[in-house]
This record gives sequence, structure tokens and C-alpha cells, in this order.
Amino acid sequence: MDFSAVTIEILVALLGLVLLVTGLLLPPDHKKANGYIAVVGLLGILAFSLSGDAGRSGTFLYGLYTLDSLSKYFKEIFMIAAILVILMSLSYTKRFREGKGEYFSILLFALLGMMVMVSSNDFITLYIGLELMTISFVILTAFDRSSLKSSEAGVKYVLLSAMSSAVLLYGLSIFYGLSGTTEYAGFITCLQSGGLGPALILAIVMVLAGFGFKISAVPFHMWSPDIYEGAPTPITAFLATGSKAAGFAVLIRLLLQVLPSQHVNFSGIIIMLAVLTIIVGNLIAIPQKNIKRMLAFSSIAHAGYILLGLVAFTGMGVGAMLYYIFIYIFANAGAFASVTALSNITGSDEIEDFGGMWKRSPLVTAVLMISLLSMAGIPPAAGFVGKFYLFASIIKEGYVWLALVAIGMSVVSLYYYVMVIRVMLTGQVKSDEPVTVPASLKTVMVVSSAATIFLGVYAGPLTSWTSSVASMFVK
Amino acid sequence: MDFNAIVSAVMSNIVFYLLAFIIIVFALMMVTSKNLVHSALFMIVTFLGVAGIYVMLQADFLAVVQIMVYIGAISILLVFGVMLSRRDNMDRSNLNNSFGVAAFFVAAFLFVIITRLMVATEWIGLVSTRPVESTAGQIADLLLGPNMVAFEAAGLLLLVAMVGAIILGKGVDQSK
Repeated sequence: MDFSAVTIEILVALLGLVLLVTGLLLPPDHKKANGYIAVVGLLGILAFSLSGDAGRSGTFLYGLYTLDSLSKYFKEIFMIAAILVILMSLSYTKRFREGKGEYFSILLFALLGMMVMVSSNDFITLYIGLELMTISFVILTAFDRSSLKSSEAGVKYVLLSAMSSAVLLYGLSIFYGLSGTTEYAGFITCLQSGGLGPALILAIVMVLAGFGFKISAVPFHMWSPDIYEGAPTPITAFLATGSKAAGFAVLIRLLLQVLPSQHVNFSGIIIMLAVLTIIVGNLIAIPQKNIKRMLAFSSIAHAGYILLGLVAFTGMGVGAMLYYIFIYIFANAGAFASVTALSNITGSDEIEDFGGMWKRSPLVTAVLMISLLSMAGIPPAAGFVGKFYLFASIIKEGYVWLALVAIGMSVVSLYYYVMVIRVMLTGQVKSDEPVTVPASLKTVMVVSSAATIFLGVYAGPLTSWTSSVASMFVK
Repeated sequence: MDFNAIVSAVMSNIVFYLLAFIIIVFALMMVTSKNLVHSALFMIVTFLGVAGIYVMLQADFLAVVQIMVYIGAISILLVFGVMLSRRDNMDRSNLNNSFGVAAFFVAAFLFVIITRLMVATEWIGLVSTRPVESTAGQIADLLLGPNMVAFEAAGLLLLVAMVGAIILGKGVDQSK
């Protein structure tokens, strides 16, 4: 049997299990070392994946598991996000009373769940991967037991995600009932023979609702502000990047590879989701006082922008999505790392506490500014290029009005991003205490803002990579 | 169609609707009961009904698992959990909110749509006429064969859930 299609997953699972053991062996004051092991291990796995040895495309186990350029691209994105999140966590775990060692292990299992999701080639594997990711995230969300908000967020997340899983499973069971198979390949054959009846549309709607929850598209977004606010900040960053990217990866595979013949039936739903998500996310972000809540609503809005790639339903649209998800990870990592840096000192996430930040820490100010401007889509930050590709891809398909809505709401979003920058530069100074940033956080901040600027100025290599991945979807 | 086949088709329909009725009635009672322990007991009856459906589908192994795991373990755990978490009065332990009427209309609306679409669809006949045989071996072949990745991932999922439960449940009193 050829195991090359699952090498990366096996390595990540092994690393997670090793961390579980070292977490118990390490002396209580040195649990942090687990984080360094995780970072070094993941960097090794990422290098191995990029080197191409593990990149041989192929299927595993009778075609139920697949490694293609799409799943490889997303796995590398997830690993980058996980490395940034672990680096961010190193200075954060000192707040936890329990499980400082296990924290990193659970984080890796969440990563493994995402990988299984993008590579799965049948509905059962997809669902198990999804639950592996979700359960790990529930634990991580509730990890900060000294904070009531964190526990509350954990309870909310477990209840709401159970509900969304139920809807998703109902949809998947209808797929099975219609076709008699859980494999994508068999299902596609069944779709081609035609005439699956109206229940298919019901199933598609339910699956869209299930994954709409994961990417926090309006009207399935209700959970995200509370949970983003309550969860430990690095976990919020991972939810906003990794979990969301995994949802989009599955949507791309399901809609463009498995269900393209049904495009007429669901294109209207996707357009509606995208428009609602962009408008509601941006408008509710404006009055927010807490920066984590503000970033939560902004991440809802970004889910709407990324959905535009699915509206276009072309190789170009997918390429734009892949590009945008990549740069969004860096913008988010920079922003949440800055939030972590301040809350490590003050324990607060309120926007007004950023007053006079440029005196207390020029680094935090600069990184947060670059990240927010990238999210707003201001050149030379990478967000501009990303939005440009996304909007161009839908204009090419004739959705000019939709592009106008998205551009208009982008301008609105500039208001609340610039508000934070204004507070940092001219806001009332609450305290003169300088904000010292630990080396691990500094690394995340410098790397993510460098990547944001670099990819904005010199987007060529990444776009040629994303379009080569997306070329498998050329219509 | 000979007489025996007709009788068995009628019988299986009767049994199915009886089971469906039990499942739905007890599920409703479970949701509406004000007492959490009663809810747990109603849930056990619902699980039994589902096990009956599995038997009708010739899924003997699943039926046994349903009874052993869901009724034997999960329900009992739930009852213990209710008993161990302190409450003053059991009569109002299962709280409801005031959205009952709105929820009813939403649910009824969804029910009409789903039923309409289900009825309009031609389902392929999955009910086979295979002779009754043990399914444990076939399930084992599937789990350790084609579905191995899902099986292994489910194993890790249970590990993570256990570790998480220990971390989140541990030391509640130490902190105070």
C-alpha cells in the first residue's frame, strides 16, 4: 500500500502524541518547551511537504483519501497558521493553570482534523475530520479556566457546533440515501446519471448551512463574536484563520469538484450568503469597543469577500480565494499577536486601551497598522491585491453590481480599521508603561507584517502558485 | 407476489410505524419534560426505538451497540451527571425559554418543506432482500479496510476528547 498520500497526517499525529507524552514528562516550570518542540517539528514537516517528496499526488485506500495540489496547498497553509499560533501561544500559556503541556498537543490535533477534512474523498472521513477539528477547538476555547468568558465561550461553541453538525449530517445522510454511496467518486457518477430529485437541493442547502457555520457566513455567524471574544487570543486567531480556511477548502472541493452539475441550483444561495455576510459583518463591526469582537466581525466580513470566489465559480475565482486566504492568515496573525502583546501586560482587549500605543511600543503600533490596512485593502499591503483578484474574478463573470457592493463595504470597513489606528496614534494615553514584547511574539509580528508587505508588493510567485493549484477547476 | 411476502411487508410497515410513533412521542416528552431525570429516562425509550429500527434494517450489530453504548453507558452517565451536580429542586431542572411558539412555527415550516421535497423524490431501494446474516464481520472489514483513515481519526478524536475532559474537569476545587 502506498502511504505517501498520508505521510503528512501521520507525522502530525505522531508529533501530537509525542507532545502528549513530553507534556507529562517535562517539569512543571518548563512545560513551555513543548511549544518549542511543536514549532520545530511543524517547521520540519512543512519543509518536508514543500520539498515535494510528500507531494506526489495520489489516492489512498481505494480512493477514499486523496492528495492533490488543492489539499497540499491547504495543508501547507494550515501548518503555517499553526506555527504562527503556537509562537503566539508561548507567552500566553502562563495564564493557564492546568494543561500547559497538553495545550500544544490538542492544537496539533485540531490541525490534523483540518488536514483530514481537505484530503477526505468521502463523506464519512470528511465528517470525522470536521469533528476532530471542532472538538479540539472546543477544548482550546474553554482552556483559560481563570476566565469566565472562556468557559462560557466553550459551552456555547460545543452546543452550537453540535447543532450545525446535526444539520450537516442530515444533509450528508440525504446524499447517501439518494446515491447509496458515501464516496465522492461514486456520488459524482450517480449525479451524472441524473435525476436525483428535489431532495438533493434540500441536502445541498443543509451542507451549505453546516459549512456556513464553520466559515461564519451570515446568517450562521451568531456564534463567532462571543466565542472569538472569550477564547484565548491565539485560539481566536486559529479559529479565524485555520478553521475558516478548512471550511472554505471543503466548500471548494464539494461545490466545484463534486457538485458542479448542480451549480444552477445553489449559485443563488451563495450570492445571497456573500452579500449578507459582507454587509452585515462590516456594519456590525463599526460600533464594537472590544478589539477581539471587532476582529470577529471583520473576519465575518472577510468570509463574505472570500465567498465571492465561489460566486465566480471559475478557476480564477478559486485562485483568488486561495490567494486571499493565504494573505488573510498573515494579516490576522499580525493583528492578534499585537492584541496578545497588549493583553499580556494589561489583561484587557478594549480598543481604548490602545491609546498612545505608538509611545509605549512602536512595534505593536506598526504591526497592527500594517495588518489592519491589509484587511482594509489599502496598497501596498497584500490585502489590496487579494481583494483586487477577488473582485476582478466576479466582474469577469458579469457580477458588476456585486463587486460594487463589495467595494462599497470595503470603504465602510476602512472606517473601523482606521479608528483603531487613530486611537493608537492620537488616543488618550492611559498608561506610560512600555509594552515589552516577548521574542516569540516579536517573531510572529515581524514575519507576518513582512509577509503582508512583501506579498502586496511582489505577488507574482504566490499568484502563479495559486493559479496552478486552481487550474484543476478550469471550466 | 405470494401471500407470505404480502403479510411480511404489511407486518414490517406496522412495526415501523409503531416504532416511529414511540420514538417521536418519547423524544417530544424528553424535550418538554421539566424534570431532567425524567428526560433522561424518556431518552432511553427513544434510543430503544432507534435500536428497533436498526433491527428492521438487518443491522444487528448496530442495534446491539445502540443498546449497549447509548442505553447502557451514555444514559446512565447522564443520570449520574444530573445527580452529582447539585440542584435544589428536580421539578424545574430542565429549563425552557420563552421562544416556544416561534420555535413551533419555524419547525412546522421546515417540516412542511422537508416533507414536500422528500415526497417528491424517488428514492432508490436500499432495502435489500439479502438473507439475514451477522453484520459484525462486514463492519469490521469496512472499518479496518477502506474507512481506515476515518477510523484512526476517530480514535484520535476520542483521545483528544478524553484529555480535554480531564483538563477542563480537573482541579475545580484547587482554584477556590
